[in-house]
Amino acid sequence: MFYREVGDLKTTYRSDQQVLTITQERYAIFALLAFMYAVVPFIADDFWLNTVIIPALIFSLAALGLNILVGYAGLISLGTGGFMGVGAYACYKLTTIFPDVNIVFHILASGFFAAAVGVLFGLPSLRIKGFYLAVATLASQFFLEWAFGRIAWLYNYNDSGAIDAVNRSLGGFALTEPYGDTKFQYLVTLTIVVFLTLIAINILRGRFGRSWMAIRDMDIAAELIGIRLLPSKLLAFAISSYYCGVAGAMLVFLSLGSAEVESFDILNASFPVLFMVIIGGLGSIIGSFLGAGFIVVLPIIISTVPRFFEIDINSATVEHFRFMIVGALIIFFLIVEPAGLARLWQITREKLRLWPFPN
Amino acid sequence: MELLHQIFIGPFIEMAGAPDLLVQVVWEGFVSGILYALIALGFVLIFKASGIFNFAQGIMVVFGALSLVGLHELGVPAWLAVILCIGIMFVLAVTVERVVLRPLVNQPEIILFMATIGLNTFLIGFGETVFGGEPKTMITAELGLPTGVTDVQMLGGMVSFQHIDIAAAVIAALMVATLAIFFNKSKIGRALRAVADDHQAAMSVGITLQQIWVIVWFAAGIVALVTGIMWGARSDVSFALEIVALKALPVLILGGFTSIPGAIIGGLIIGISEKLAEFYWGPMVGGSIESWVPFFVALIFLWFRPQGLFGEKIIERI
Repeated sequence: MFYREVGDLKTTYRSDQQVLTITQERYAIFALLAFMYAVVPFIADDFWLNTVIIPALIFSLAALGLNILVGYAGLISLGTGGFMGVGAYACYKLTTIFPDVNIVFHILASGFFAAAVGVLFGLPSLRIKGFYLAVATLASQFFLEWAFGRIAWLYNYNDSGAIDAVNRSLGGFALTEPYGDTKFQYLVTLTIVVFLTLIAINILRGRFGRSWMAIRDMDIAAELIGIRLLPSKLLAFAISSYYCGVAGAMLVFLSLGSAEVESFDILNASFPVLFMVIIGGLGSIIGSFLGAGFIVVLPIIISTVPRFFEIDINSATVEHFRFMIVGALIIFFLIVEPAGLARLWQITREKLRLWPFPN
Repeated sequence: MELLHQIFIGPFIEMAGAPDLLVQVVWEGFVSGILYALIALGFVLIFKASGIFNFAQGIMVVFGALSLVGLHELGVPAWLAVILCIGIMFVLAVTVERVVLRPLVNQPEIILFMATIGLNTFLIGFGETVFGGEPKTMITAELGLPTGVTDVQMLGGMVSFQHIDIAAAVIAALMVATLAIFFNKSKIGRALRAVADDHQAAMSVGITLQQIWVIVWFAAGIVALVTGIMWGARSDVSFALEIVALKALPVLILGGFTSIPGAIIGGLIIGISEKLAEFYWGPMVGGSIESWVPFFVALIFLWFRPQGLFGEKIIERI
C-alpha cells in the first residue's frame, strides 16, 4: 500500500538508470545512511562499535568481495583468508616503507597487492572449475599462510611474528586501532565500505558484471557470445581479491590493532566469509551485508546468553558449544532457506508491496 | 648460477650421496601417503555415490579415533570399543542422511558442500564437548597393533621401519581390496555404482537413494575410523589432525574425485613428493613447506589433466 513502484515514472534515461530506481527505496537508503553517520556514533558505546559494528562492516566488505567471485562469476574460492592477509601485510609494509603517506591511502592501495596475488592464483581457473578449483584455491591459502609465518621481511623481523598497527592519523586525529577513537574509526570504516560498495554495485550492473554472470550460468555459451573467458575470470579474481585485501588491511588497522597468521587462516577467515556469502545469499549485495552481520553477531549472542541467565560455565565449554551451535545453525539455515537471507528480504519486499492484501 | 645449482642439482647429489637416507625419506612419504589416501578414499566414496564434496571427512577421522580412545578410557575393552565405534559411525551416517542430506536433496552442489562444512563445525564442537580438547594417546597395544622398529641394513646404511607403519600399509591394502570386491561383486556394490552413474536411472530400477547414502556414509565412516586408528598410532589423537586432513584434498584433485585407484596413487605421489620436498628443498626456504607443496604438485598435474589422473573425462554440452 505504501511501498510500491507504481506511479514512480521516469522521464529521462538518466533517472531510469540510477542505482536505486524506486524513489522510496532511495530515500530509505539515504535515511539509513544518515542514521549510520549521525545517530549510531552517539547511541552505540565502544563495546558495540568495537566488537559488533566495525567487524561486521569490515567482513561485509570481504563477503562482498567473495560474493563477486562465487556468486557472480561462479568461481568457488576457499582462499579468502589468504587474500585478506595479503592486504593486511601489504598495508603494514606500506606504512613502514612510506611512513608519510596517509593511512587511508595505504589501506586502499594494499588491495592492489591482494588483487595481483589473486590474479596469479586465479590462473588455474581457466582450466578447472567447481570443486577442483575450490581445492586449487586452497593452494594459495596454505602458501600464503606459510609465507606470512616464514618470511620475516613481511613482519619487519620482529620477535613476535605479529604485525601491529602503527600510530597513524587522519586529519589530525589518531586513527589506527589502539591509538584512535573508536567513533572516528567507525566513521572512516563506514565511509570506505560505502564508497567501495557503491563501486561494486556499478561494476556488477555494468559490462563486467554481466559477463561474469554469463560465465557463471554457462561458460561455453558465454564464450560463444564473445566473452573472453581468461580476462573476465582473472578480472573477477582481481576485483574480488581487491575487496578482500582492503577488508584485511582494515581488519588489522581499524579493528584488531595487531594480527598474526592465525587471524587469516582457513578456520578464522576463509570459512566464516564463505558462510557469510552462502547464508547471506549468493549473488546478492545486500546478502553480503546481512550474512556478515549474522555471522559476526552469532558468536557474541551465544557467549552472552549463559551470562544473561547467570549460568556459570567455563569459557572453554562456551567455546565448544559455540562451535556446535554455529554448525547446527548453518545446516538449519541451509535447509530452511538455501537461497539465503537475501531471499527472505525479497519475500518481505513482495509482501510489503501487496500489503494489506494477502497474495 | 649458485642458486640454480642449489635448487636443481644440489638436492640430487645429496640423494645419490646417501641412498639409505633417501630410502628412509621415501618410506616416510609412502606411509603418510597411505594415510592421505585413506582420507581421500572416504571423500571419493561419498562423492561417487552422491556427488557431495564431504568436507567433514577429516573430522570424521578425528571423531572416530576420539570415540575409540574415549570409550576405552571409560573401561570398555578394546575389541568392544571398536565394535561400539562402528556402531557410532552407523548412527552418524543415519543421522547425517536424515537431518542433513534428505532435506537438502536437489539443492545445488555448493549448498551441500556448505552443509558439510557446517557438519564439520558441529562435529568439532560436539567432539570437544564430549571428549575434551586435549590430545589423547591411541590405545595401540590394546588393539594388538605392533609397536616395534626393524632396522634393515641396506645401501651402506641403516633404514628403520616402524612396525606400525608396515601394519598401516597392510591394513590399507586389505581395506582397499575389500572395498573393491564389495563394489564390484556384491549386490549393494552394484547398486552403489548405479547411483554413482545416474541417480534417476538408479531410482527407476528400484534402488532406494536414501539407503544407498546411509551405506556410503557408513562405509566412509569405517574408513575414517581405520584411518583414525592408524594415524592416532603414529601421533596423538587431537583436533590438529583435522588440518592435516585438509592435505587429502590435493590427493583428490590429483587422483580425480571419482576414482578409488586415483585416491591411492594420488595419495602416494603426494606423500612421497611432500616428504622429499620438505627434506631436500625445505631447508633452503626455512622449512615447513609440506603445508603447500602437495597443492602445487596437484596443480601441476591439473595443468595437463584437468580431471585428475584417473577422473572421468569431462564432457561439456551446451
